[in-house]
Amino acid sequence: MDTLNLARWQFGITTVYHYFFVPLTIGLAFIVAGFQTAWYRSKDERYLRLTKFFGKLLLINFAMGVATGIVQEFQFGMNWSAYSRFVGDIFGAPLAMEGLLAFFLESTFLGLWIFGWDKLSPRIHLATIWIAAFGTFLSAYFILAANSFMQHPVGYRINPVSGRAELTDIVAVLTNKVAIVTFPHTILAAFLTGGAFVLGIAVWQLVRHPDRDRSAFRSAAKAGAIVVVIAALGVAISGDRQAKVMTEVQPMKMAAAEALYGTKNNAGFSIFTVGTLQGDSEVYSLRIPGLLSYLGTGDLNGKVEGINNIQAAYEAKYGPGNYTPNIALTYWTFRLMIGIGMLAALGALWVLWAMRQGRMLSGRWWVRAAVVLPFTPLLGNSFGWIFTEMGRQPWIVFGLMPTSAGVSPGTGVATVLISLIGFTLIYGFLAVIEMKLLVKTIRAGLPDVPRAALVGGGDNDGSDGNGDGEPGANGGPAEGHSDGERQLAFAY
Amino acid sequence: MELTTLWFCLIAVLWIGYFVLEGFDFGVGILMPFLARNETERRVMINTIGPLWDGNEVWLLVAGGATFAAFPEWYATLFSGFYLPLFLILVSLIFRNVAFEFRGKQQDTTWRAWWDRAIFFGSLLPAVLWGVAFANIVRGVDIDAKKEYVGSFFDLLNPYAILGGLVTLSLFVTHGAVFISLKTTGEIRVRARAFAATSALAAAVIALAFLGWTYGQRRDAQHVVWFVVLAVLAAACLVAALVAIRAGREGWAFVGTAATIALAVAALFVSLFPDVMPSSLSPTFSLTTTNASSTHYTLKIMTWVAVAFTPLVLVYQGWTYHVFRQRIGTEHIPGPPSPSPSPSSPGQQPPVRVQDDPVTTDV
Ligand code: HDD
Ligand code: HEM
Ligand code: HEM
Repeated sequence: MDTLNLARWQFGITTVYHYFFVPLTIGLAFIVAGFQTAWYRSKDERYLRLTKFFGKLLLINFAMGVATGIVQEFQFGMNWSAYSRFVGDIFGAPLAMEGLLAFFLESTFLGLWIFGWDKLSPRIHLATIWIAAFGTFLSAYFILAANSFMQHPVGYRINPVSGRAELTDIVAVLTNKVAIVTFPHTILAAFLTGGAFVLGIAVWQLVRHPDRDRSAFRSAAKAGAIVVVIAALGVAISGDRQAKVMTEVQPMKMAAAEALYGTKNNAGFSIFTVGTLQGDSEVYSLRIPGLLSYLGTGDLNGKVEGINNIQAAYEAKYGPGNYTPNIALTYWTFRLMIGIGMLAALGALWVLWAMRQGRMLSGRWWVRAAVVLPFTPLLGNSFGWIFTEMGRQPWIVFGLMPTSAGVSPGTGVATVLISLIGFTLIYGFLAVIEMKLLVKTIRAGLPDVPRAALVGGGDNDGSDGNGDGEPGANGGPAEGHSDGERQLAFAY
Repeated sequence: MELTTLWFCLIAVLWIGYFVLEGFDFGVGILMPFLARNETERRVMINTIGPLWDGNEVWLLVAGGATFAAFPEWYATLFSGFYLPLFLILVSLIFRNVAFEFRGKQQDTTWRAWWDRAIFFGSLLPAVLWGVAFANIVRGVDIDAKKEYVGSFFDLLNPYAILGGLVTLSLFVTHGAVFISLKTTGEIRVRARAFAATSALAAAVIALAFLGWTYGQRRDAQHVVWFVVLAVLAAACLVAALVAIRAGREGWAFVGTAATIALAVAALFVSLFPDVMPSSLSPTFSLTTTNASSTHYTLKIMTWVAVAFTPLVLVYQGWTYHVFRQRIGTEHIPGPPSPSPSPSSPGQQPPVRVQDDPVTTDV
């Protein structure tokens, strides 16, 4: 294999891997913040224990997100130096802003949250997790704005002398219409992921250990299920809006999503197809009439351009070449994104139904469902990105630079191979460890919170009314001890 | 000042921030097997940097991102040219990051011993390799007319660069030892102090040799006078740190090692200017602040962003250091390994007082 293909495999592997952790971090950070807020408001011990339990899982996941994110930041220069030179003037800006505005916020405030349980007042401590969660939003926005430039370049000009792209309008780059529609879709898909994670774990606990912390896990299951259902609705709506923008800026991707060769009005959407996708040897397909036209144009009879026409138009515009992405891949990833991702929503509705009016969950099927549930949106996310990025091929920056021109010219096959194999092995190894730790933590169930812990935050009966966060107002175990003797509330 | 010059300075500042901050937590990681005698002491050491290391690491990410935004050609040449050293740094950082989070999550000595190795090597390798990388930048590497690095991996392992690696290693270890002495109580603090008193001496010798050699390399640099001034100041700060640690003034010693690192990195950047990556093939191929930079418009936007948000970052990072200013000793480490459910919760803020155990002479 040549450097180009190795570099592509490497980018694909490391990025998809990074994105296993990203949506869970984003979704879970907000859900944990929600639990802690519930505790802060109600002083109900259950919520504190849920906060600590899911918080621990969040941290295990976050560590992996950070570790794999650093690779992403360096990779553009290492493997794609020609690309970096070409777009650096534009692409570097959102990346730098992400670091300065988002990463500092996330890492600093998460550190404060982890270690600050006994050092900050309850109110400030609660604020730290919300700020960290907000940081993940900022991070997602800036990186998606950078990615959207690659999907649909705006706010630039090509310098006739150097041949490089130069920034002319930062506002246009940050309000790229692709970024505007991609952000809600990605964030909602992250909430779907976080919700399904909480839901799956809560259901597992309820079925496996029906007598352990039942009421806490019932609340968690409900919270998770509601997040999933709302997020799924939002994902579908935002996805539909995205499809319209995509049809406008990258019509080839829409045609590829349906393997639609000839231009059509009232184009249908096939749920699946048996046979090859070459347009002539289809054995069977289950089709919903008009849906593709609706997705692409908002009108059941709208016109959707076919692959053949677009290919011909691009050859006329960009010169001879193949402008068609891998059809089988785009076709199937698009369906898998929607299908597997939406499965979680069905699961959530099912749980809500089964738990109605205090009913109990029981049966082996629930255990299986609980294990599968958290993985469905994760896979949906991966398929979504694979679709988006492979559907853009052969371009690295749509219409401006082919992927083959972006690779580092001076980097040899052996070098890329070393890092490709290295990262793949390390990532595989760490995946096993992370799974092991998550499973162990999940099995252990909710941590105990000693009575003492509840004093400062207020009693269960709420009689002390000390929710205002005045530190130490009603005393605590610390009183009378010297600082030197008190143990850390949280320690590595 | 030209915006390109301003951004050269800002990137220098970001690297200085990175080396001063992550420098001590690399040092702590490297010293763990030497200063800690048992599991509780190892946990004391890790917890001194527990809430801080991740925020420190972001300085690197921002330095990288800012280089990409302000000097895309520099970013492209540097990262593709120094591919394998960077790969090793990345691998180290990956293991080190997860090690902090994972090591305490299982009560098993083998498990923890392996993560301790990850912390040690994950701190050692970058501590050396960043020095190697920066020495190579200053010395100049084989960059061709197309701004691509055409040398090999082994060209990067020249004697000057290796000496550079030893400089960062010895400085970070000293800085880390001083930090431990400043942040702990009990025996570990005594050991850290004794260690720093020796390693500062070694660091001073190595750093002086390196700065002298650098002077030889960059004698014709535009601002060589400033280089000499900064290098001498760096050396003076290191000597001051040495005196301070021997006198038991840990706070001043920490200021001293921090200033040493900051001034030494500043000296290297000054010796580079206006080059950002000199070419050893021909001076005309060198990347400079002007031929590697982004357009004026991009630099202007980035300047506004930096002006608006850097102070904010400094304020909340400073606040974190303030919140976690307390010294830690073995008595603070809760019995079962973390993350044990907390014996207390937000609500009781400990009365903060200065420690006064026998060895203290606090600043
Ligand atoms: C939609 C969101 C999203 C996307 C598309 C990406 N990331 Fe990411 N990234 C995050 C959302 C995120 C996050 C939620 O902010 C993370 C995930 C887990 C975490 O710890 O923070 C993160 C972590 C993270 C870190 C570590 C930050 C730290 O130390 O706190 C870096 C350097 C990057 N990412 C860089 C990238 C790059 C260069 C990407 C493009 C290829 C990328 N990420 C894709
Ligand atoms: C986090 C979610 C993402 C995933 C899962 C993802 C995945 C992928 C995949 C599968 C490819 C195709 C590989 C190929 O065809 O060779 C690709 C290409 C690429 N993506 Fe993404 N991507 C993501 C986000 C981003 C972002 C946010 C950026 C930029 C800011 C980006 C930049 C690129 C680049 C430069 C390529 C071209 C290199 C290549 O073709 O491999 N990606 N990505
Ligand atoms: C009715 C349901 C959905 C529709 C109509 C839809 C539509 C789309 C479209 C059109 C794109 C490509 C955008 C582009 O390349 O310009 C996309 C991308 C994506 N989808 Fe979906 N989607 C749906 C459901 C889901 C689900 C359930 C998930 C995850 C659980 C998901 C996750 C993603 C992700 C992560 C991307 C890549 C990032 C992006 O471009 O936004 N989608 N989706």
